[in-house]
Amino acid sequence: MKILVPVKRVIDYNVKPRVKADGSGVDLANVKMSMNPFDEIAVEEALRLRESGAATEVIAVSVGPAKAQETLRTALAMGADRAILVETEDAVEPLAVAKILKAIAAEEEPGIVMLGKQAIDDDSNQTGQMLAALMDRPQGTFASKVAIEGDHVSVTREVDGGLETVKLALPAVVTTDLRLNEPRYASLPNIMKAKSKPLAMKTPADYGVDTAPRITTTHVAEPPVRQAGEIVADVDALVAKLKALGVA
Amino acid sequence: MTALVFAEPHGDSVADATLAAVTAASQLGGDVHVLVAGSDAAGQAHAGIAGVSKVLVASDDAYAHGLAENLAPLIAGLADGYDAVLAPATTTGKNVLPRVAAMLDVMQVSDIINVEGPKTFKRPIYAGNAIATVESSDPKLVITVRTTTFEKAAAEGGSASVETVAGPGSAGSSEFVGLDAVKSDRPELTSAKIIVSGGRALKDGETFEQVITPLADKLGAAIGASRAAVDAGYVPNDYQVGQTGKIVAPEVYIAIGISGAIQHLAGMKDSKTIVAINKDPDAPIFQVADVGLVGDLFTVVPELTSKL
Ligand SMILES: Cc1cc2nc3c(=O)[nH]c(=O)nc-3n(C[C@H](O)[C@H](O)[C@H](O)COP(=O)(O)OP(=O)(O)OC[C@H]3O[C@@H](n4cnc5c(N)ncnc54)[C@H](O)[C@@H]3O)c2cc1C
Ligand SMILES: Nc1ncnc2c1ncn2[C@@H]1O[C@H](COP(=O)(O)O)[C@@H](O)[C@H]1O
Repeated sequence: MKILVPVKRVIDYNVKPRVKADGSGVDLANVKMSMNPFDEIAVEEALRLRESGAATEVIAVSVGPAKAQETLRTALAMGADRAILVETEDAVEPLAVAKILKAIAAEEEPGIVMLGKQAIDDDSNQTGQMLAALMDRPQGTFASKVAIEGDHVSVTREVDGGLETVKLALPAVVTTDLRLNEPRYASLPNIMKAKSKPLAMKTPADYGVDTAPRITTTHVAEPPVRQAGEIVADVDALVAKLKALGVA
Repeated sequence: MTALVFAEPHGDSVADATLAAVTAASQLGGDVHVLVAGSDAAGQAHAGIAGVSKVLVASDDAYAHGLAENLAPLIAGLADGYDAVLAPATTTGKNVLPRVAAMLDVMQVSDIINVEGPKTFKRPIYAGNAIATVESSDPKLVITVRTTTFEKAAAEGGSASVETVAGPGSAGSSEFVGLDAVKSDRPELTSAKIIVSGGRALKDGETFEQVITPLADKLGAAIGASRAAVDAGYVPNDYQVGQTGKIVAPEVYIAIGISGAIQHLAGMKDSKTIVAINKDPDAPIFQVADVGLVGDLFTVVPELTSKL
């Protein structure tokens, strides 16, 4: 069974994003970029499934600019077998990404497509669900545990009320939550090895997908800034503050 | 313009999250209908929501457990009669609605915080470090709603008609196995007036319980946590507040032993008043706190609890 892992190149999660002065977007010039953290978790889970014998091959795929090759090399250095970059300099919305992934899945026939639950730049949380709809396959979103059971996969999901378990017929789409695993670091020898692993270059047109946006961003603004308040001297002063707030 | 709100499943009653989504839907300017997947009793309860003119009830068992494979075809099938489909941005809404959007070939507008115009919305991106104004060009709108930024519609006073609807039923590809529910008598995090939240500094589950719970009890507060506290197993996953956890906006949020990483702030910085207790005067949490106390939480918090 193959596992397809879509990975997105995003602003590093440690960097505080800055809004451009003209309101046209977030400034990404000279900003550290990394693999979306949820996608690292997805790569890790796919690798573990391969290492346990449940999967045979892990294929990383990214839709994005030429620089996203770096992100794919990171996935290869972690242990993915090969990679596909669907290159475009335009921003591609989740629906179009899902359409491209559907076309790739039709070629590769993976047993599982393992995505992150959310890209930390657009915070859309929708690509995996959309892909599952387009493939007409079941989805296990926000996974904190994944177990292959014959021709099914059991997925434990982080939901508002606790932990929910669903059983899905394979092939299936899974999206990862934070507690699924702790991603490994790529070792230096593996980083070297990754340089010679296959990385196929494609374009959205190769898959016949129109990536024209459906949503236009007309303005991007800083959120209202909170002013730092007062540091109180001791617990008594804090109690007084809470009383004034009507809390106690 | 008519909008359909997919109601958050909530037993036989109405979830606060649904009431917020109804408010967002009515701001689109037309009729609001609500789809209830589950019991007939829940259908009746939703008929009372102010501003809702029709309630659709799909009571097939296939729709009882929030399985997206079954619900999405039902909702997409109903969407023909609507200009917009909305759901609260709960884990149920986030699971189901993008699947509906793709079936309709529509880009979902996720997690809106404001309705600016018939097809224009504000939504946070980059963990709330930027607010985007976005305009949809799709013929139909599919929207999830951040529930903390919309007032709740009144749960009573309306008199919607109730209709039964049927859908394709079970898709047969997924099965609900079980829910390991977190049982608690405390207020729900997303609708609590006061939240006491603990971070990595709380050391372990037992210490978290000993330090945080008595204070929360005194204040009648809900309990939240940082990702670090959840990852370390001090508290269950659904306590997590943040970019990728729950979004909260209580009257008072008390952050104890939480540094204030941007991913945490994303989930709580719309709280009315933020109180922070941290031993590090340079902790970023103090930059957003209205009231800060620098000190060791293991002495300060018990003292605070005893003095309240
Ligand atoms: C993709 C992604 C998503 C994330 N999503 C979330 C999210 O939704 N929510 C979230 O919270 N985090 C999230 N994080 C994690 C986030 O980046 C931080 O790692 C996390 O919030 C840190 O938790 P903390 O503040 O409890 O721990 P720390 O950062 O370790 O802070 C502990 C604090 O306790 C203080 N302290 C220690 N001892 C004492 C004492 N005795 N008395 C008083 N103070 C003390 C320290 O000074 C410090 O400020 C996410 C990260 C990633 C990569
Ligand atoms: N451009 C992209 N290239 C590859 N994977 C993507 C891309 N955009 C989104 N994804 C995948 O979809 C997940 C959810 O993204 P989103 O729906 O944008 O929040 C991410 O964690 C990735 O796994």
